[in-house]
Amino acid sequence: MERIEKETTYQETRKVEKGDFAAAGQISASYKNMLKRLGVDSKVVRRLAIASYEAEINLAIHTFGGSMTITVYPDHIVLVVKDTGPGIADIGLAMQEGYSTASEQVRMLGFGAGMGLPNMKRCSDTFEITSELGIGTTIEMGFLLTP
Amino acid sequence: MTVAQLIEPLELTLLTPQTSLEREVTGGCVCDLLSFVMARGDAGMAWITVQTHLNVIAVASLHEFSCVIVAEGSAVEPETLAKATEEDIPVLRSALSEYTLSGRLYALGVR
Repeated sequence: MERIEKETTYQETRKVEKGDFAAAGQISASYKNMLKRLGVDSKVVRRLAIASYEAEINLAIHTFGGSMTITVYPDHIVLVVKDTGPGIADIGLAMQEGYSTASEQVRMLGFGAGMGLPNMKRCSDTFEITSELGIGTTIEMGFLLTP
Repeated sequence: MTVAQLIEPLELTLLTPQTSLEREVTGGCVCDLLSFVMARGDAGMAWITVQTHLNVIAVASLHEFSCVIVAEGSAVEPETLAKATEEDIPVLRSALSEYTLSGRLYALGVR
């Protein structure tokens, strides 16, 4: 934490394992605590925490595992979510609220309602997603620190 | 209205004795789909649900909900309660249905 206060930027990368629902939320909670300590506006912290939680859940549900990298700049934050596959066949469809490929087991937990990606887009100021079947998906979200 | 003030009218039992009950309840949410709660939740809400796994606490904590109310007397795993205590999210249980609980909450003036 000392490093953050001394420098204007900070970067941290953390891994998310496939199927690890129990751990989901830990990264978002740590982001939330860190950004609160940095004095970031509570509405921005909230939006970023929700978007990063959706990303964590998506990595656990849909991918072979991946990573999340947060970079804090003086005026904005970038969150990059990267996985190692399987990739999304139709991004347009995946972005539609209500569309999901989640399993019955995942739905029993109350996930898989097809709201994760649209929710990430809604919570972020900029949202870019690229995907290649067999390679993986990368999502880059930007959050402005000043309105 | 505080979480403590909901206990009697909603026939609740507190499952996390070490959490704070003085938080203000500023709204309500009745939903078992975590994805919907993620999208629609707001700080201060009392969340009525029959879902009881660990992720419920993660969502409640991210949204800074005032409490989680488990309906229909559903069983709650010890891991969930431990996490709730750690995050200071009160978990309360009632034998009443989600429908009845939300009706009573609304009648108490929580909108």
